[in-house]
Amino acid sequence: MALDAGADAPSKEVMDQEYPSTLESVDAAEGEILKAAGHAGFGEDDLHQIGMAVRECMVNAVVHGNRYNRNKRVRVKVLSGPQELTVSITDQGEGFELHEVPDPLHDNNLLRHSGRGLFLMSAFMDKVDVRKAKPQGTEVVLVKKIAPRE
Amino acid sequence: MSVKLNTRQVGDVTVVDVSGRITLGEGSSALRDLLRELIGKGQKKILLNLGEVTYIDSSGIGELVSGFTTVSNNGGTLKLLGLTKRVQDLLQITKLYTVFDIHEEEAHAIRSFA
Repeated sequence: MALDAGADAPSKEVMDQEYPSTLESVDAAEGEILKAAGHAGFGEDDLHQIGMAVRECMVNAVVHGNRYNRNKRVRVKVLSGPQELTVSITDQGEGFELHEVPDPLHDNNLLRHSGRGLFLMSAFMDKVDVRKAKPQGTEVVLVKKIAPRE
Repeated sequence: MSVKLNTRQVGDVTVVDVSGRITLGEGSSALRDLLRELIGKGQKKILLNLGEVTYIDSSGIGELVSGFTTVSNNGGTLKLLGLTKRVQDLLQITKLYTVFDIHEEEAHAIRSFA
């Protein structure tokens, strides 16, 4: 059996960028992350899903985390490995408790105007991890696995 | 380009042809403002033609939901037409596919308001 040396290759940091807390940053970050994802070998459908997830995450960071505060930044890091892409998006906001986020699929919440961002990230990525950042803020880590070639 | 909105009347149904991206910011605001304007004018039958919508995020979905609720609260009906597969998938995973009355064909959608 031939060994696939690539599968054991370490992940490489391909992006580490800070953005101001603006909606323009959402577009900019999405574009850069999708470039990295494209280089990693994701197909069209996966790229669309990654784009949606990172967009929702950036919006949360800018709007809910940093509240458009020009003194606060959003940090985006991307690690690209042979088996998965890892995106980390960190804001400098007050933080939040995951268990306090209403379930958008609950009957009482279906017609709410907002509150679907975290759910969509989970729907489109293979793993979503929300952590408190130090000294303050929230880091969201999104992971998408690269489908093995047939 | 964000979103383009074109309004036309088919009988007593207002059809809004939406194209482009309905995302947080310009896109979702434009849709919200137009729906408010139509409601303010007393339009009770509104059909959103989403056939040319290339992208919608959760903010855009929020505006569809808010529009639906506001039109309903004002005694009217808002329906959707021509969803692309991606928008359809999005409404399905958010359990909104069964909330909206969704049509594939305009003539059929118009008749359904009767």
